[in-house]
Amino acid sequence: MIAELGHYALVLALAIALIQSTVPLYGARRADAVLMGVAEPTALAQFGFVAFSFGALVACYVTSDFSVATVFENSHSAMPLIYKFTSVWGNHEGSMLLWVLILSVFGAMVAAFGSNIPATLKATVLAVQSWVAAAFYLFILATSNPFLRLPQAPFEGRDLNPILQDFGLAVHPPMLYLGYVGFSISFAFAIAALIEGRIDAAWARWVRPWTLIAWIFLTLGIAMGSYWAYYTLGWGGWWGWDPVENASFMPWLAGTALLHSALVMEKREALKVWTLLLAILTFSLSLIGTFLVRSGVLTSVHAFASDPMRGIFILAILVLFIGGALTIFAWRAPVLKQGGLFAPISREGALVLNNLLLTVTCGTVLFGTLWPIVTEAFGYKISVGPPYFNWTFGPLFAILLAVVPFGPLLPWKRGDLRGVTQRLTAAFVLALAGILVVCVMEGRPVLAAFGVGIAAFVIVGALTDIVERTGLWRATFPIALRRAAGLPRSAWGTTFAHIGLGITLLGIVGETQWGSEQIVSLRPGDKVSLRHYDFTFEGTAARAGPNYRELATRFAVRRNGELIGEMVPLKKSFQARGMTTTEAALMTRGVSQIYVSLGDVSQDGAIAVRLYHKPLVLLIWLGAVVMAIGGAFSLSDRRLRVGAPKPAKARAALQPAE
Amino acid sequence: MTRKQRRFTLIGTGVGIFALAVGLVLYALTDSIVFFNSPTDLTEKHLAPGTRIRLGGLVVAGSIVKGKDLNVRFEVTDRNKSIAVSYQGILPDLFREGQGVVAEGVLEPGGSFKADTVLAKHDERYMPKEVADALKKQGHWQDDYAKKTDAGTRKTP
Repeated sequence: MIAELGHYALVLALAIALIQSTVPLYGARRADAVLMGVAEPTALAQFGFVAFSFGALVACYVTSDFSVATVFENSHSAMPLIYKFTSVWGNHEGSMLLWVLILSVFGAMVAAFGSNIPATLKATVLAVQSWVAAAFYLFILATSNPFLRLPQAPFEGRDLNPILQDFGLAVHPPMLYLGYVGFSISFAFAIAALIEGRIDAAWARWVRPWTLIAWIFLTLGIAMGSYWAYYTLGWGGWWGWDPVENASFMPWLAGTALLHSALVMEKREALKVWTLLLAILTFSLSLIGTFLVRSGVLTSVHAFASDPMRGIFILAILVLFIGGALTIFAWRAPVLKQGGLFAPISREGALVLNNLLLTVTCGTVLFGTLWPIVTEAFGYKISVGPPYFNWTFGPLFAILLAVVPFGPLLPWKRGDLRGVTQRLTAAFVLALAGILVVCVMEGRPVLAAFGVGIAAFVIVGALTDIVERTGLWRATFPIALRRAAGLPRSAWGTTFAHIGLGITLLGIVGETQWGSEQIVSLRPGDKVSLRHYDFTFEGTAARAGPNYRELATRFAVRRNGELIGEMVPLKKSFQARGMTTTEAALMTRGVSQIYVSLGDVSQDGAIAVRLYHKPLVLLIWLGAVVMAIGGAFSLSDRRLRVGAPKPAKARAALQPAE
Repeated sequence: MTRKQRRFTLIGTGVGIFALAVGLVLYALTDSIVFFNSPTDLTEKHLAPGTRIRLGGLVVAGSIVKGKDLNVRFEVTDRNKSIAVSYQGILPDLFREGQGVVAEGVLEPGGSFKADTVLAKHDERYMPKEVADALKKQGHWQDDYAKKTDAGTRKTP
């Protein structure tokens, strides 16, 4: 019964979405407040029905109702409750329902909190957002109904894919979707601006918080996915330039460019048309990402079996929205008033350079990801591997990172490059010191020294701005602290985000250039050394879990003869699917990690073991978290808050003078 | 700086970065693209030893021989021709007889294949797309794969 109700709620959500996508739009053209007013309640109702639908599916999973096909396919009664819950989106149908749930959450948030947005713009934005929602409801109902019943209910489910039976599934997809789908709001704002034929600095203010929210979640989602793949797949890697990874990374690159260009628009009323185009492209890349994951056109570690019909449907959505949006753009963009040109050496100029580099980089990633599809049409099956991406992404991003510290130090309108370079002296000196230290200490890869140099330059460069503005060296510490507290939150946001970038780079350099690896076949009692660590294989033990059996192997880890801990990598075999998974053991030493994962067990009792020493590896994800913290700082900036530009009086009443 | 010069600087920088990117792409494409081949393709094409390729097919039942130091040999077939593959290292959890597999590596003189990466997918019901296509081409595509494919709609997010 509950499944049918969920299904029905989704149908109602589609009906409401159709109303929301037309009536307010017509109202906005006619300046009819009543018709425009339809947008808010429908957006909230849409959220209500989708939330109910999602809740119904959760209920089916949690109660292990195997008469529902997707529950039977992806759940097992013996699974722990958390996995019963997360397996809701551990499959195609459920994850699409999560996708539309998040879409409706964003719509409802605009309806509820966007009180400062002019009525016509808000009505148009909600209508446009509802087009996307309607298309995806239709997609789910037509090709991927998660509530489909089986004629005869089986007694037991087929279990969730063991690889997904992990806490990562609880965090990674929702975060990633909050990012992907969040960009639908910037997209809706861009289309609305084109329809209205009007765009100004205020528009950039209204869009910025939504773009920031999406960006923060996308950053965390990608980082979480990377860490999950790192510890769960036993391959010891954290990024493989896999098509699906690229699919999440491209919207990130475009979204980052969008954040920066919206800044120029907000402060200087320039780059308007470009910002609109970026907003459209960012969401288009999110849709392409969805298409790549869902359609199975590309072979990737994420590509699980899929139905071609769905691919065609999503491709149709893709063509409709991207094609439609670009057509509207081509038709309406000339109507918009162009912003002025500006001096190349200025904050605006630096942000344009940032945008050029980010979009071109994004373009090379897109090319590398789609090229195999293009060649396949001509009968050649190829794969574009990591070397391609390292060679294109690496140099372009290195240039970008080298110019990052200049941007925030340049003033708007007209800057002085020599002055900025002087202010960055400390950063240059420390970067050179970093390079020298690395060359002397490690000697080998020049690339590593260079990477450390850039990372140091980015981090110290980002700190320079804050140090100067608080007068840390000149004033007493309490004064500097007070000044620091008084700095706009967005300045802190910039600093944190850029520092995060440097930290991630440091982690990447450490892991790729100084990591070591060993693959050996071991018997109980055997010893093996890696870097400064000695491992003793102490033995194995078989244990039983709720829906699996596991083989635990114990390793004693010693450094200079002193016992520093025990590592227990596992091999789990899941009976329901007859699948085996490997769970690596990790030992964290500062920001570095030791990583042990298991291979086959041969008849004579020897076991294949993969050992890695990964210096600085945790910095890769820590950097992403710092970037997200930067985003949160920017988001909390009062000037940019969703309901910010209210009449001054109202605020004065709430907050006495500071 | 005049308006014209400003515009010129902007366009110049844009074109410069774009040209750099195109240059990098073309350079990178020359040596990081790997062609996919089925065992039949390999026997027909007579590629030079040392060529880097991807080989896909099914692991022949009973062909897996495990040697010392994690050396392993197995055969990959598209049900028409089969090729001997050698590999040193840890095989993926889902690697087993009869299962679709994609191996990347180089051709050895003598027609065998030395793999340095072996990929098997994360789902026991999933067949790598290239392998499925290669089997279809040889007329050995069986409906039960397609049925399995229909039933098994899943992914890792």
